[in-house]
Amino acid sequence: MAGGLGQGTGKSARTYAGLGVPLILPAWLIIGIFLVVPILIMLVYSFLTKEFRGGVIWEPTLAAYDQFFFDRGLFGDEPPKIEWTYILIFWRSIWQAGLATVLCLLIGFPTAWFIATRPPNSRTIWLFLITVPYWVNLLIRTISMKFLIRDNGPLNQWLLDAGLISEPIHVINTATAVQLGLFYSYLPFMVLPIYAAVERYNFALSEAAADLYASRWVTLTQVIIPSVKPGIIAGCILVFVPSLGAFLAPDLLGGAKNFMIGSLIEEQFKGAAGNWPFGAAAAMILLTMVLIVLIFYARSQARGAR
Amino acid sequence: MPDGNGTIAVDIDNVTKRYGDFTALRDVSLAIADNEFFTLLGPSGCGKTTLLRCIAGFEDISAGAIRLYGDPIAELPPNRRPVNTVFQQYALFPHMDITRNVMFGLLRLGKSESEARKRAGEVLELVQLTQFATRLPAQLSGGQQQRVALARALAPNPKVLLLDEPLSALDLKLRQAVRLELQQLQHETGITFIFVTHDQEEALTMSDRIAVISDGRVQQVGTARAIYEEPNNKFVADFIGETNLIDVAVAAIDGATATCTLPGGAQFTCPAASGAHSGQGHLSVRPERVSLTDPAQAPLSGTVSRLIYLGTDMHVDVTLADGETVTARVQNSADTTIPEKGQTVGLNFEAGAARLLVD
Repeated sequence: MAGGLGQGTGKSARTYAGLGVPLILPAWLIIGIFLVVPILIMLVYSFLTKEFRGGVIWEPTLAAYDQFFFDRGLFGDEPPKIEWTYILIFWRSIWQAGLATVLCLLIGFPTAWFIATRPPNSRTIWLFLITVPYWVNLLIRTISMKFLIRDNGPLNQWLLDAGLISEPIHVINTATAVQLGLFYSYLPFMVLPIYAAVERYNFALSEAAADLYASRWVTLTQVIIPSVKPGIIAGCILVFVPSLGAFLAPDLLGGAKNFMIGSLIEEQFKGAAGNWPFGAAAAMILLTMVLIVLIFYARSQARGAR
Repeated sequence: MPDGNGTIAVDIDNVTKRYGDFTALRDVSLAIADNEFFTLLGPSGCGKTTLLRCIAGFEDISAGAIRLYGDPIAELPPNRRPVNTVFQQYALFPHMDITRNVMFGLLRLGKSESEARKRAGEVLELVQLTQFATRLPAQLSGGQQQRVALARALAPNPKVLLLDEPLSALDLKLRQAVRLELQQLQHETGITFIFVTHDQEEALTMSDRIAVISDGRVQQVGTARAIYEEPNNKFVADFIGETNLIDVAVAAIDGATATCTLPGGAQFTCPAASGAHSGQGHLSVRPERVSLTDPAQAPLSGTVSRLIYLGTDMHVDVTLADGETVTARVQNSADTTIPEKGQTVGLNFEAGAARLLVD
């Protein structure tokens, strides 16, 4: 019986394997044309010479990367010093994205837990409510937030009227505003994967922990969190990676002083001031950093599965 | 209470548990003795698991009290009750290896890492899983996982071990082997076991005493033999083993003896369960206590309506004049005469084999 079942499964697996190639071809084509090829173009462009008013000249050079990391003076003839400008922008981006990830986790985990522990019918409603804001374009939502948090915006007005503050809280064009924007934009990307993990969590494990004298805190840290870890990691990646390259929130809420990588890259491809090879180089450096994060994730997953 | 020294381990005192309008337990009172293998037996939904969860602390009780060696525990959270549970689906921590699973409770009790590791080793040896100590739960078979669950619950040396249908996920053969192991383990450790099951064979073979539970009430408490041979009411007689329930008119009850009229008019005197009353009632007679005789001399007679051959014995269904069916279990031996279908036969049983039940 068991043997027969096993053989049956083997046979159908082979059948599907045969069908697989033609079926998966469209997916490979789309990934190839719209993902791999553009990245290769970026990679090539990052090693080319810039053309003024946009575009490239087909002369290979390391100038873009050199410009990113080194300062050789106004005329390019001084001994190289470390160029901190762009490293600082990257550092600020990593810091902002990391902070957004931590905040999303702190708020998103309890939210996901709350939804996953409701009766099945009302879970659907809560999940629906979480996704409602996404029916509106991110650009419009970010602009709305800008109006909300302005010095003379409704939030400050309300606090003033309520007598809670005596002068408007200045948030717009600060790092805090950028953080607020990132947090708001990517919170659902934290909630949804954690929700999926908590929904699969076996609540008998919490009872077993309590039965074995564990306090609520120990149950949370030693049983629940390790059990839903894949959801937490997925949520962190889904928040961290887009936050790192975000340009809407820093552009619209942060002003000139809170420049992030996304805005830096965007500017290089916009208008006459652009520098395509430099933008491509910055994008490749960003991509490398994201890949390093993802490799760490894959490693930890492989360890967990072993 | 064979090994008991008279101490009550768990005293369940008029416990009621309500979920909104639904009453899962009604005034349940049980005194479970120290060192006893006590089984809560009943069909699914009868409240036996709810009672176990109330003892463990996963459910609050609506009324009554639960005492553990005299100390009230109903108000304590589960992590402060000195009882441990073997869960139905084991609930092993999937991300910890077997040793860490077994060490979990010990570490929470403040044992050092090395003490806990040593004790885990001892318990794993007891359940013969030493060579699997570094595996993850998912790498073990169902039977092995069940033993890990047992080891994990035994490691802190609880005063009382609660077992929630721990054998139900195992296949039949393994289940029979584990039954013996469990019983032996209980004797070796001297820990009071409270065992929940819906399987009467499991209950009869393992327990010192059994509480039969139905509809949130305790129907009867006693040894396996008392429950089988002296059932109190229709539910217990019918749920444990097979029985014939014969409608009778009860003429009189004198202490523990009832005089009643069998269908067909014969007068019959037999033991009565306490609480049985005169009027209409039911006699319980086990099929193996019914013998086939000459219709002229028997208290009951009818026609053979069905014969079921079972090898070692045979089930003979006899339909009485009023349409009721009584089953006799006839031993298959050299001098047995097997009746024909349609033949008129007499049914006989001793007074001691029948029992008037509480309806």
